[in-house]
Amino acid sequence: MIQIEHLYKTYPGGKQSEAHAALKDINLTIEDGSIFGIIGQSGAGKSTLVRCINLLERPTEGEIIIDGVNITDLTGKDLLEFRANVGMIFQNFSLFQQRTVLRNVTFPLELHKGYNKAEAKKRALELLELVGLADKADKYPSQLSGGQQQRVAIARALINNPSIMLCDEATSALDTMTTQSILQLLKDINKELGVTIVLITHSLLVAETICDTIAVIDAGQIVEMGFTKDVFENPQSDATRQLLGKRA
Amino acid sequence: MEGLTAFFDTYGALLAQGTWDTLLMTFVATFFAYVLGIPLGVLCVLTSPKGLKPHRVLNMVLGWIINIGRSIPFIILLVALIPFTRFVVGTSLGVPGAIVPLVVSAAPFIARMVEQSIEEVDGGLVEAAQSFGANVWQIVYKVFLHESLPSLVRGFAIVFITILGYSAMAGCVGAGGLGDIAIRYGYQRYQDDVMIATVIILIVIVQIVQSLCNYTARRMEHKS
Repeated sequence: MIQIEHLYKTYPGGKQSEAHAALKDINLTIEDGSIFGIIGQSGAGKSTLVRCINLLERPTEGEIIIDGVNITDLTGKDLLEFRANVGMIFQNFSLFQQRTVLRNVTFPLELHKGYNKAEAKKRALELLELVGLADKADKYPSQLSGGQQQRVAIARALINNPSIMLCDEATSALDTMTTQSILQLLKDINKELGVTIVLITHSLLVAETICDTIAVIDAGQIVEMGFTKDVFENPQSDATRQLLGKRA
Repeated sequence: MEGLTAFFDTYGALLAQGTWDTLLMTFVATFFAYVLGIPLGVLCVLTSPKGLKPHRVLNMVLGWIINIGRSIPFIILLVALIPFTRFVVGTSLGVPGAIVPLVVSAAPFIARMVEQSIEEVDGGLVEAAQSFGANVWQIVYKVFLHESLPSLVRGFAIVFITILGYSAMAGCVGAGGLGDIAIRYGYQRYQDDVMIATVIILIVIVQIVQSLCNYTARRMEHKS
């Protein structure tokens, strides 16, 4: 379970700019094994929020408790170890261009001490099989389509057997068909491996297709939260209504 | 034809020795300049305000050192460094005497080239590596340097050819090499044929190095 309590993130002001509060008093509970969506407009703070969960962004205040451990206390080696157990995929896939598909997938394993090349390869091939790209192991990312690249990124994110996977606008760079197939893959992974998925998106369609629960974020604050169906059918906040209105 | 044979009988050994000295100076100096230049360039990237280990003062000092190093004309550096060169290699003369100033002069240049190559690497890759728990050194090695390898190889051609050019001036400290021969025979004794021969050899070296680097970089490059 991921519990976020009174989370604030404020960027200090510079000489020309004022301090900017990206996140204000965020409180969330994400159940194990769920697919949790955070939706909002660009600049609402989605990216910052999801990056706080693996501390790519350090919160200014507040706690993030994952399975009973307050991760905002983690530093040094503990932090790196914790991060290794949270998978993450990105809008632009972020695959290493100079590595083959196989070596992209084994990358997270290479970071560990006592990394065993043969075992890593075996595990990577299993995951490539899972995402349907076993025949592409020796290709380079530039030889793959966008959807295939995101599949590789998913395999890479899974290689440490994470209990949590973070998806940062994972389908925003993909067309509708490909988006659906990636979402289906994420659903399968959630069901078969029991990985908790935290997904941020500005797309209602994505949220509707895949999320059990969603939180709507607007100007750094959570304005609404609930089962996806309920929020869509009976929106309570202006921000949500505005998001929904855009669709019609 | 006879003229050519006579030319090589007279100057062949001289030119061969010159070519050897030039290559020796350039390769050894390039090697040590990279040994210094890569960490310097990496440190610049890491300590920059948006880097992984921002450090304003260190970044500024590094910037100054690099800029100062790049501002001093090589021929001045060659002379100014004589005491330092003596201290490091025991002599300020000959090939070893030239290598020290070549390294000092090329290292800051390499630092900038390395910095530029690394800055071309997509910042998203650094974030991805961090998300998998990579530490700073793993990011430097596996992301910065590995992902910019083709660009670094292209940079190598530029660096090598620049050092080759500098090494021609090293004749001033009796380092020998092709530049020295061109000055002593071609310029001071009006022996145009010797000068032309040295220039041809230099052109051939430059062509070979540039082609090899281009080929290697192309083979390595997997970017779309």
